Amino acid sequence: MNEIYLIAGMMAVTFFTRYALVPLSGKMTFSKRLERVLSYVPPAVLSAIIVPSVMIPDGANINLTLDNAYLVGAIITCIAGWLTKNLLATIVLGMTGFLLYQWILMG
Amino acid sequence: MAQVLTRSPEKLKTGSNAFKDFKEGARDTFPLLVGALPFGIIFGTLAAANGLSFAATLGMSIFVFAGSAQFIALGMIGAGTAWPLIVATTFIVNLRHMLYCATLLPWLTKMRLKWQIPLCFWLTDETFAVAVRRYQDGDKDHDHRWYHLGSSLAMYSNWLACTYIGLAAGQRFPQITEYGLDFAMPATFIGMLIPYLKNRAMWAAVLISGLVSILAFTMPHKLGLMCAAFAGIAGGIFVESKFKEDK
Repeated sequence: MNEIYLIAGMMAVTFFTRYALVPLSGKMTFSKRLERVLSYVPPAVLSAIIVPSVMIPDGANINLTLDNAYLVGAIITCIAGWLTKNLLATIVLGMTGFLLYQWILMG
Repeated sequence: MAQVLTRSPEKLKTGSNAFKDFKEGARDTFPLLVGALPFGIIFGTLAAANGLSFAATLGMSIFVFAGSAQFIALGMIGAGTAWPLIVATTFIVNLRHMLYCATLLPWLTKMRLKWQIPLCFWLTDETFAVAVRRYQDGDKDHDHRWYHLGSSLAMYSNWLACTYIGLAAGQRFPQITEYGLDFAMPATFIGMLIPYLKNRAMWAAVLISGLVSILAFTMPHKLGLMCAAFAGIAGGIFVESKFKEDK
């Protein structure tokens, strides 16, 4: 059954990425320099996920126009984050702004 | 200055604070649950339309537990992609967890296997963001593993519940997928990203990563994500070394 291979395979590779460094780490030393490098991991990864999902919402074409509710929604979310400095408020305001804008677009 | 960490499992104090820590971890993850909620529901509702069975959809959330990889897999299943290719793409999309794991190593290596395995299995973007802040900024003499576990289990139970709700809702209201609830993921991630934008170097990492993610978007198997992440990290380091006073 293909679904079983698929899920077993996805589970194996996903767990590998989450765990593999732990048993290897006995041979590693952590320099201050490496710690500094790693401090850029979360913002760089988050940006690499966010930007295509809002600028290429259909997965094929770059859309930087006001017809792109995802892009406008992302801008609203950024403004909400900037003003509120609160995670929950940012997410709720961003979602609300996106849904409203999309509703306006659909007329 | 090189700093070698102790590798032997050592006892740090948790004591009666374990349950309190666990609750705090779950509480601090709450805003991210709100963001993951529509995302998980949408995953469940889209599954049937893309040809994934009820059991396999739930199984994927239980055993793989990786939101963005599950979404990409769903799209590939819908496009009729062979399963080994989907597994290969999952690997690349999830490579970022290795970077997270590397960041958490100083604390993970102090734990026993029975803690390491579940905490690694439940590692997500959200729990990483919550836990790493506590490890780095919290009391250094305190053991934060219960806090980390609280965040992990909050995300996991939320994801399973949402997948199930989505599966049930998708059967009754198939049009739910057209409401654009998938915007919940970028909204959540933007909320997680903003606190990092504290100096020029972080801005550089974010802007370069974003730019490269667009330029490298057409790379096969979502390799562009890792290229963008590495370019962003390199850009951040470069700017940091140029503007030492900015740190």
